[in-house]
Amino acid sequence: MELATKTGFVLLGLFIILNWGLIMAGIIRKIIARASMRRGISVFQPYINLIKNYSIRSQLTHGVMFYLGPVFRLSGGVGIFLFMPLIHDSEIWSNFSFAGDLILIAYFMFFGMLGMALGAGEGGHPYSAIGISRGLAQFTAIEVPLTLAILSIAFQYNTLSISEIVARQQGGILNWTLFTNPLATIAAMISFLGAMGHAPFNVVMAPQENPIGPPTEYHGTFLGVLQTNRAILHVIESVLFMNLFFGGASNWFELIVKTFFIYFWSVFVGMVFPRFRVDQSIPWLLKIPVLIGILSIVFILL
Amino acid sequence: MPEDNVKYPAEDQSLSPVNRKRVVIGPEGEDILVDPLRDYYCTARPEPELPRQGIIEKFMNWARAESLWVLGFGTGCGSIEIPPLLSPRYDAYRFGVAMRPTPRQSSVIIISGYLSVKTLKRVIRSYEQMQNPKFVIALGSCTINGGMYWDSYNTINRLDHYIPVDVYIAGCMPRPEAILAGFNKLKQRIKEGRGEGANDYIKNLDWYKANQKKIIKDWNMPDYNW
Repeated sequence: MELATKTGFVLLGLFIILNWGLIMAGIIRKIIARASMRRGISVFQPYINLIKNYSIRSQLTHGVMFYLGPVFRLSGGVGIFLFMPLIHDSEIWSNFSFAGDLILIAYFMFFGMLGMALGAGEGGHPYSAIGISRGLAQFTAIEVPLTLAILSIAFQYNTLSISEIVARQQGGILNWTLFTNPLATIAAMISFLGAMGHAPFNVVMAPQENPIGPPTEYHGTFLGVLQTNRAILHVIESVLFMNLFFGGASNWFELIVKTFFIYFWSVFVGMVFPRFRVDQSIPWLLKIPVLIGILSIVFILL
Repeated sequence: MPEDNVKYPAEDQSLSPVNRKRVVIGPEGEDILVDPLRDYYCTARPEPELPRQGIIEKFMNWARAESLWVLGFGTGCGSIEIPPLLSPRYDAYRFGVAMRPTPRQSSVIIISGYLSVKTLKRVIRSYEQMQNPKFVIALGSCTINGGMYWDSYNTINRLDHYIPVDVYIAGCMPRPEAILAGFNKLKQRIKEGRGEGANDYIKNLDWYKANQKKIIKDWNMPDYNW
């Protein structure tokens, strides 16, 4: 396909993902409100907040890295998107995915956090620094079971290409990795809880203890960029888990339904369980989930 | 080295040793005067940010009105009326009201009740750190004329001598319903384009600063807290 057409479809896909991310955030907030017997915000409140933040008049900066922090964060989210095949067996919606894209995407998941750490650190606020150290430490612990699960399915399908992994799961629900490699799925879905930033792993941005973590000093357009990125990131990481463990999607409707339920898993756990402190969450992540991850590799190699 | 035009206050013996001025020796043997309290001083004067014209400003004002982020900062007894607002019974979220823990991201500050001299200083610091379209809700009689504290030795009487107020909510104490009505009044005001308190504050900065300094004796912060 011609590069110009390809780029057009990639941008269109990004637009759809961004809008679905914002609407999904609204729907989830609405569900949480109803669960706690409130009417809650309007479904379109994330859009209004975004417009509000982009229309703040005055902004101030703490230096060059402070500017670049949200930019790096956004390029982390968009980077994952660029190399992620969205729809199975569709050339126009496979973005720029290639043979080894799983490694690149695992890298991009950390890239945004590191950029944000440098930017928020330059903000100079002590709560930013506390949030960063907690966030990076916890995310390192989250990556361990996730990496073990990814290794396990790489051994299982003998490939690092996400398109290939999706193709191998076609032909019925029992071909999904969820059923062919349940241990890897469990390990990865536990680390998914941490990656989404809901309770019990939300001490990084916990407003009651640590207002409000890394973005304490970010306001106006800076915060708007971070919110835009969050909308993209939540959907695209759900798409990653959908591709790896839940058989991918053969059309947009399937993608929307599956990403909603995958994301809802983290919200559901967050509604039920209270928050871990960071010295509880890291040892917890490094015990049972890591063990499950190692077992999944052992079972695949046997 | 310190600039000549920066005036240093007399050494405050109540400061902890880490916050006192001291001379350290630099890498090339030169003396460097370190004043930890003035590390991030910015003496620049703020400029008013004028609104745009026409439909764009109306659209932005609609978004600002429908997404009121309130600074979680309680000053007096009125702050006890704020948590019920977020409970299922009153549910302020449905009006787009949410609490933010940092002044940088908030657009509304609620002065909830009497304001002691000590708290006034913190209110000024928080208010000035908020970004330009910012609104003030004054809660309770104490912010209007001092209320039951009108002859108290350490509270202020009229809040709008110190920061520009958008909406007053009278009562002692106002019920959460009254606060919700106040939020809706504020929304109406913003949508009409009358929520320009931030620019008024900057245009009349000298008057406000004179009033503030009359009350706050130990003024150990910049004239405008960026």
